Amino acid sequence: MRFVDEFRAPELIGKAGKEIRRLADPNRHYRIMEVCGGHTHAIYRFGLKDLLPSNVELIHGPGCPVCVLPMGRIDDGLSLAAQPDFIFAAFGDMMRVPGTHGSPLEYKARGMDVRIVYSPADALKLARGNPDKHVMFFAIGFETTAPSTALTLMRAKTEGLRNFSVFCNHVTIIPAIRAILDSPDMRLDGFVGPGHVSTVIGCRPYDWIAKDEGKPVVVSGFEPLDILQSIVMLLRQLRKGEAKVENQYKRVVPWEGNRAALRAMAEVFELRPYFEWRGLGFISQSALKIRASYAQWDSEQRFSVPGLRVTDPKAAQCGEVLKGVLKPAQCKLFGRECTPEQPVGALMVSSEGSCAAHYNYEHRKPVSIAGAAAN
Amino acid sequence: MCLAIPGKIVKIVSENAHLAVVDVVGVRRKVDLGLLRDEPPVSGDWVLIHVGFAMSKISEADAIDQMQTLKMLGEAEAAMEEVRGYGLENEGQDGLAYGWKE
Repeated sequence: MRFVDEFRAPELIGKAGKEIRRLADPNRHYRIMEVCGGHTHAIYRFGLKDLLPSNVELIHGPGCPVCVLPMGRIDDGLSLAAQPDFIFAAFGDMMRVPGTHGSPLEYKARGMDVRIVYSPADALKLARGNPDKHVMFFAIGFETTAPSTALTLMRAKTEGLRNFSVFCNHVTIIPAIRAILDSPDMRLDGFVGPGHVSTVIGCRPYDWIAKDEGKPVVVSGFEPLDILQSIVMLLRQLRKGEAKVENQYKRVVPWEGNRAALRAMAEVFELRPYFEWRGLGFISQSALKIRASYAQWDSEQRFSVPGLRVTDPKAAQCGEVLKGVLKPAQCKLFGRECTPEQPVGALMVSSEGSCAAHYNYEHRKPVSIAGAAAN
Repeated sequence: MCLAIPGKIVKIVSENAHLAVVDVVGVRRKVDLGLLRDEPPVSGDWVLIHVGFAMSKISEADAIDQMQTLKMLGEAEAAMEEVRGYGLENEGQDGLAYGWKE
């Protein structure tokens, strides 16, 4: 009940819930994927599931960059940073993600120079302030963070800063959606499209999902009402037999995206032929690599990278959960060996990971906020 | 990292370097405006910030909504921790930024 007062327009939330019930055909089961981890977090936090009829099912998608990073990349990054006079800089989200021999935070406890930065620009600042050390920024994220890394690399090149490089793990959302649609064990009816990724890429890149795959996409904001309205918009399309891309989050997302951000990405990055995703395996052209013209600032082109491939702990079923084939609580380790305090898999680390969200909001059984608002 | 943090531009520091001072609920830090160079914001404009870079211009009402969303998501504190950390402003002696909690 705590958050009910803070809820914007609780009466509209109740109305949206009713509209969803009205639109959903009782003889049909709807599987709607929310692609973005931020949406997954919000859905759990607000207990939105409780407002949906049982035949409208939300499937959590792959849009949590920490969660989809295979362990081998963390091991690779940490092994590079084990060189003398290296500083390993990364966002706080990365610090507790387990590698084979521990998380960056555990490496720090063993003596590695590990720093949290909140911006890639600050990793550059670290390099300026530590000219006798090499600062490696361990970059992760979808198109929300990739343009900032690109601009930072452009600045490093302009300054001619030699003691800075980026270990690039940036991924792109569209090929992951394609991989999920191609997956034989996955049947989906539509997508709640990512909000902030779309401020960069715009809405056009989703066109093929509607035109070629016949599935509606609604780019959505993050408030409870935004998400419910998006589900209403999806169900309206499905009811009419339509499939198009709609933008529920017009107040923030321009249809064409952010061209300056896309230009910065094009200047610095090119597509990797393939990249491994945790749970989804190798997906072609799904990640960004630093162009040869920036080789000096690319940790992978500048240093020798082991190129480790590590399988996840056997009992952990992160892959199946990531694909939406298993629910978080169906994993054998969930809530026992693997908890937010002692994560085994990455989905338990980030607040946007579906396991952490499920653990925090379902496993611990708080009062449903949305359910209370609807009543 | 995935948080979009709303802030108001209070001062353009350098047109060339695309830097501006932004106010986020009373905390002022420099952010990079380089990704908005097509429509450079001016003092008084509201922006959404990701990892120290302004990513989109928004209205004041949407900025208030976004802060409210962060509060509802329980992420307001993490957002403020991120903003305080911009510019390595609060880096402690052990090299970890202020606000890191085990």
